[in-house]
Amino acid sequence: MSVTAGSDTPARETDVHKLDRVVIRFAGDSGDGMQLTGDRFTSEAAAFGNDLATLPNFPAEIRAPQGTLPGVSSFQLHFADYDILTPGDRPDVLVAMNPAALKSNIGDLPHGGILIVNTDEFTKRNLAKVGYEANPLEDGSLAPYQVHQVAMATLTKGALEETGLSKKDAERAKNMFALGLLSWMYHRPTEGTERFLREKFGKKPDIAEANILAFRAGWNYGETTESFAVTYEVAPAKLPPGTYRQITGNTALAYGIVAAGQRAQLPVLVGTYPITPASDILHELAKHKNFGVTTFQAEDEIAGIGAALGASFGGALGVTSTSGPGVALKSETIGLAVMTELPLIVIDVQRGGPSTGLPTKTEQADLLQAMFGRNGEAPVPIVAPCSPGDAFDIALEAVRIALTYRTPVLLLSDGSIANGSEPWLIPDVATLPDLKPTFASEPNAPDGSGEFWPYLRDPETLARPWAVPGTPGLQHRIGGLEKAEGKGNISYDPDNHDRMVRLRQAKIDGIRVPDVVVDDPTADARVLVVGWGSTFGAIGAACRRVRAQGMRIAHAHLRHLNPFPRNLGSVLRSYDRVLVPELNLGQLAMLLRSKYLVDAVSYTKVAGLPFKAEELQSVFTDFLKGADAQ
Amino acid sequence: MTAVDLGLPTLGGLDGVPTTEERQTAKDYTSDQEVRWCPGCGDYAVLAAVRSFLPALGLRRENIVFISGIGCSSRFPYYMNTYGMHSIHGRAPAIATGLATTRPDLSVWVVTGDGDALSIGGNHLMHALRRNVNLKILLFNNRIYGLTKGQYSPTSETGKITKSTPMGSLDFPFNPVSLALGAEATFVARALDSDRKQLTEVLRAAAEHRGTALVEIYQNCPIFNDGAFDVLKEPGERERRIIPLRHGEPVRFGPDGEYGVVRDGDTGGLRVAKVAEVGEDAVIVHDANAEDPSLAFALSRLGAQDLDPTVTGVFRSVSRPTYDDLARAQVQQAVEARPGDLQALLRGSDTWTVAG
Ligand code: SF4
Repeated sequence: MSVTAGSDTPARETDVHKLDRVVIRFAGDSGDGMQLTGDRFTSEAAAFGNDLATLPNFPAEIRAPQGTLPGVSSFQLHFADYDILTPGDRPDVLVAMNPAALKSNIGDLPHGGILIVNTDEFTKRNLAKVGYEANPLEDGSLAPYQVHQVAMATLTKGALEETGLSKKDAERAKNMFALGLLSWMYHRPTEGTERFLREKFGKKPDIAEANILAFRAGWNYGETTESFAVTYEVAPAKLPPGTYRQITGNTALAYGIVAAGQRAQLPVLVGTYPITPASDILHELAKHKNFGVTTFQAEDEIAGIGAALGASFGGALGVTSTSGPGVALKSETIGLAVMTELPLIVIDVQRGGPSTGLPTKTEQADLLQAMFGRNGEAPVPIVAPCSPGDAFDIALEAVRIALTYRTPVLLLSDGSIANGSEPWLIPDVATLPDLKPTFASEPNAPDGSGEFWPYLRDPETLARPWAVPGTPGLQHRIGGLEKAEGKGNISYDPDNHDRMVRLRQAKIDGIRVPDVVVDDPTADARVLVVGWGSTFGAIGAACRRVRAQGMRIAHAHLRHLNPFPRNLGSVLRSYDRVLVPELNLGQLAMLLRSKYLVDAVSYTKVAGLPFKAEELQSVFTDFLKGADAQ
Repeated sequence: MTAVDLGLPTLGGLDGVPTTEERQTAKDYTSDQEVRWCPGCGDYAVLAAVRSFLPALGLRRENIVFISGIGCSSRFPYYMNTYGMHSIHGRAPAIATGLATTRPDLSVWVVTGDGDALSIGGNHLMHALRRNVNLKILLFNNRIYGLTKGQYSPTSETGKITKSTPMGSLDFPFNPVSLALGAEATFVARALDSDRKQLTEVLRAAAEHRGTALVEIYQNCPIFNDGAFDVLKEPGERERRIIPLRHGEPVRFGPDGEYGVVRDGDTGGLRVAKVAEVGEDAVIVHDANAEDPSLAFALSRLGAQDLDPTVTGVFRSVSRPTYDDLARAQVQQAVEARPGDLQALLRGSDTWTVAG
């Protein structure tokens, strides 16, 4: 391995174990910089060529009281020498920066797992704060684990003594010490982190140097002390060839919107109100004004979508991003967009609900809200990404549907996709779809009157013309009142309303979406698992494990929730039993049952956390056994 | 964070909106839709005033957009042969903000009422005013809910007996002009539906103002709140009550300018006095362009709910960069500094290659 950490010490001989995959969890106080540490380790793993997936987990409070259980922040990453699907169920390695982090995470560490503890924080006071009566480092309760006790704060302060930094500032760098140590243990490249730290603290070179020193100190600690006898190697994964980067779901989604604006040759207006966990989409898009993207931070959720719809009326690509509570506020405007038949993108990064619920946790419980959460018959297409990288493609797909069919589109991401990350094969821009819409430019009345009829539909798509203000001769008025088919004047005619309601529905039902692809390697499975959104990885991983044990199981994952792919009915009917795992109380299952009359069985969880592959593996195994018994 | 001075030139409200040499009349602005307000409704007079003042602006009709919320007055866009959107209750300023921000070539008008703008849409009104988006907001104030058949509104007088308040309403009313001035509005005016001349003057000034212009129009609802503003129309009373503001002129009114507005030493505000008693020099001179809105606010506090007196005309008209101009300038600045390169964006700086 050609990696150095700037140390002149000759490399100590250690036992090198080769592993195919490792799950590491960094846990500490929310002020300890665990997210940054995890992010950096992720980048190192990515740069090394491992496949990876991450799961950040942080408290809703910005600064929960220090050292307490609610203040614990963690970052889990899974990296491997093959393509993996989830951030991992349980850590192989737990780094606990304080007693609270230990207490709240130790339950997930399997016996025999590696535990690295920052002993400096294990003071009487800190132990009492989280209800430890005896010091777990001394009372033998950690005996089932491989424990490494490291005085990280002390060692970091020692390493930074010469820098003249205050003790407090020096101690802050202890997360980089931890990163250095782990980087040494797993033979990670280090140049990227040093470069990153220099850039991040560009304006404070002394802080940058301190962090780099701490990082090297951690590395050297592993190298020189005898306490670590073994290091580990995880070889690069064999991924499809191409250039990769690491990407989070929120970033990918934002890039998808930028790309869609470019491919549609339209200016983009993002009207948004800050809300967890969607705000990073706004932050990212605000950086890309040079692509003709205007971000409007509105006074509330309603104004955000209102401005987006106003921009769409004017011929721009209107986008609003939010989470479930925001969708509730936006519903009336979504209805107006349904009625005025204007393109609009509504991004819902789902979180635990109802009400304020669990703002930083993940859930899939807004599906029925997206589907039905409006007054009247107000059908809206729904798409959902199945992984962080897929958020890019799904954004383009949402824009395609919105522009082609002149309709609001609901894009359902969720907390785990938003903050999770994975390697992303960077697409070649030239291969992205052409999304350029056509605007109405002349009168269209079929009666030769020379009038413009704003509600005359395209026979193929049933879309109405998009005639933007400024186009001579096409002046027209739209709005929330029911409109006469064709001419588009206000109409209270009962037959017209009946026809318009059915037309709007038919337009959405007729949207062309790709067929669902079934993953059924042996092609003879009798049981089908159907999922949607972020559960793709966990379901896929569980299916692999079940198959590895000689059982047969098929997996279909939906990215289009409305309309469903046309082949879905026949896919469902070609299996004996259908199981639908969801992070809600069975919302997709309800839709499938009502639409296809299939006896879909629900498996549900609403804990604010993603499924674990292990958990689904046992659910699937039991289900398969039950199916056999029938 | 420091503010960036974008060095924008001073623009008029209609700069950037394409004009036409074609002669236009009110008829050109009349759509083929039958107007459906109740007979005698004040909305008719406002519609007629708008239709007949627009031709004088010489704009291309297709570059004018009317956006409304919900309520009687919000049917307005259907009657104009321009682009229009009859949106949802209270939200017109938000929708218009998105449109105006992306389309500098449009003259964007919002038509709203006292319920639409001040109850359900209060938040959007307030923020549009503070942002100073290039929008013209016509607030038809009839002090009642008409479309829902006669409940009291946020501008109804306390104690109003309506279907929803059989023992009298309890809440204290808004003064829309005071509210707008408090919300950092750059242009605030008030006019009467029945005074075509002044209404036209005010509309024109609003159109030419770059930024959010709020025009409160006292509008009679003969069905549910008939005669709310009658005292301002009765000969004799009219002269005694209406204080018409004219920029640069002393604030005098009444027969032969008998009365004037003077500073009130006791309250620090303003009061009405007989000019003969206080002397001409004591009468304040109206400066609509004054940066400090204090005097405009004090003028808005004269009378108000009891209409005794009633100040009309342009209270305030000051120049401040508009949100939409600034937003476009940022985009332009970003594009000029570094035109978007999508492939480079997607690549980012931290990549690795997997060989085939
Ligand atoms: S109810 Fe009143 S405001 Fe509404 S249209 Fe009739 S008269 Fe005009």
